[in-house]
Amino acid sequence: MSTPVFAPRSDSRNKQRSNFELYGWLFMRISGIILIFLVLGHLFIMNILDGGVQRINFAFVAGRWASPFWQVWDLSMLWLALLHGGNGMRTIINDYAERDQTRFWLKMLLYVSTTFIIVLGTLVIFTFDASIG
Amino acid sequence: MSVEAPGFSLRATPIGTLYRGGEGMWTWVLHRITGVSVFFFLFVHVLDTALVRVSPSAYDEIIATYKTPIVNLLEVGLVGAVLFHAFNGVRIILIDFWSKGSRYQRQMTWVIAAIWLLVMIPGIYFMMIHTIDALFGSTS
Repeated sequence: MSTPVFAPRSDSRNKQRSNFELYGWLFMRISGIILIFLVLGHLFIMNILDGGVQRINFAFVAGRWASPFWQVWDLSMLWLALLHGGNGMRTIINDYAERDQTRFWLKMLLYVSTTFIIVLGTLVIFTFDASIG
Repeated sequence: MSVEAPGFSLRATPIGTLYRGGEGMWTWVLHRITGVSVFFFLFVHVLDTALVRVSPSAYDEIIATYKTPIVNLLEVGLVGAVLFHAFNGVRIILIDFWSKGSRYQRQMTWVIAAIWLLVMIPGIYFMMIHTIDALFGSTS
């Protein structure tokens, strides 16, 4: 006995087709691969190497961010991790928030807070001043 | 191999499904839980690092909490969550892009579990060496 196949309930032909979800899907995989190197490297350096977290202080950060290499590393990690995580959270909100209003406002909260954190982190890296205080 | 009636399966994971039951489902659940946890930590972590723009002492003070035994234990949990999310992410990519990926998804689950353990055991030791010494060491 064959399974009946129902016609789509929404008339997708009349809607503007968007590849947004496809690009989102692809972005999760590409950013994920890059983040494996950036984040696992970060965790290894910060938590394990040379005494781990015990040696971290302002002077340690100042020493690292004196090098453009670590600035680029941290900036890439900030942007990729928050966009990757933000898109993951968007998927989860879409899955579990059933009411349209709830879904809308949860996503607004997500977009505003994620943008705030990305901008804040970017400003911190670019305006860092080792001679402060 | 059991005889199966068409359209009905006695297997825990029905043939041809990836996310219904078994390893495929539980890794999916864990991927979500670890992902959300790491995302929330990320917010806190950018905020605490932003204190380098306030003053060196403000930053040193907040970083001092990261060095306490309880937060140190939370860091081990964070690293465990990130490692699972990373390894399972590779598994997902292989399922999507490797022609035999979905066939071996179950085996890959146990491979990433083994790699996770192999990395975590020395990882826990080196991450907590100071805390263990501070709590139980004879030098204190």
